[in-house]
Amino acid sequence: MKNIGTLQVSTPTDREIVLTRVFNAPRHLVFDAFSKPELLKRWFGPHGWSLTTCEVDFRVGGGFRFILQGPDGQQMGMRGTYREIAPPERSVHMESFDDFPGESQVTSTLIEKDGKTTLTAVVLYPSKEVRDAVIKSGMEHGAAETYDKLEEMLVSLVA
Amino acid sequence: MLSPQQLDATFAALADPTRRAILARLAMGETSVMELAEPFAMSQPAISKHLKVLERAGLISRGREAQRRPCRVEVMPLLQATDWLENYRRTVESSFQRLDVLLEELKAREKKARHSKPQTKPPTKENHG
Repeated sequence: MKNIGTLQVSTPTDREIVLTRVFNAPRHLVFDAFSKPELLKRWFGPHGWSLTTCEVDFRVGGGFRFILQGPDGQQMGMRGTYREIAPPERSVHMESFDDFPGESQVTSTLIEKDGKTTLTAVVLYPSKEVRDAVIKSGMEHGAAETYDKLEEMLVSLVA
Repeated sequence: MLSPQQLDATFAALADPTRRAILARLAMGETSVMELAEPFAMSQPAISKHLKVLERAGLISRGREAQRRPCRVEVMPLLQATDWLENYRRTVESSFQRLDVLLEELKAREKKARHSKPQTKPPTKENHG
């Protein structure tokens, strides 16, 4: 199966988003990919967006500055501060978007088993409103495909 | 696009299995309350209550004909309610799929480095047997 690592997203409380994803690689590589700018530039951002600015001062109390550029030249900036760094298992950082109010706390945990790594990222927002605004912007930036058939979806809702 | 309040109403309406079953039934075509009540072990007033919740959430609309008031399903709020998180998920997933490719490359690079580099570790006691 190609998609061993399909992303799971849940909203356990009204201020959180929890992301879970399995990667087919040992965790020190996943940890590097989340913390080294030359690697972050290769993958971070929605489809069609690229990380044009990626400054990372990876130490507790240090920060990062990202600017993402979209397909139509639009820009989205984000910044943050590292609170806890425990390679290759855990990190905690604060992050905020230039265009949204509020700072969120992101706690990432990497668990390795049989050469595969499960990432769990808990994003805690200052309020439900901020969380909802961020999810909505994800929707706007994401591929805005909708399901072809209402009936198909209803069947899965009932199941 | 729906406001967070509208989405709350939509999700709350969808949280009930009877209301989801009603929507599934309506997806096959509009129908009257009486016809709707038939397959459910419920009184018409109980069904009407569920219909009101669905109507307030914008998930169904009801015809004007006084007696029959046929119900029909409204597509958009339903699509938006499910698409909201799903699109967020897809956005992050597209990023992670590029990460998958990068990780394969990093693994290959690491493997190659291991194989081409001569052992730099000093021999241990065990090696001397």
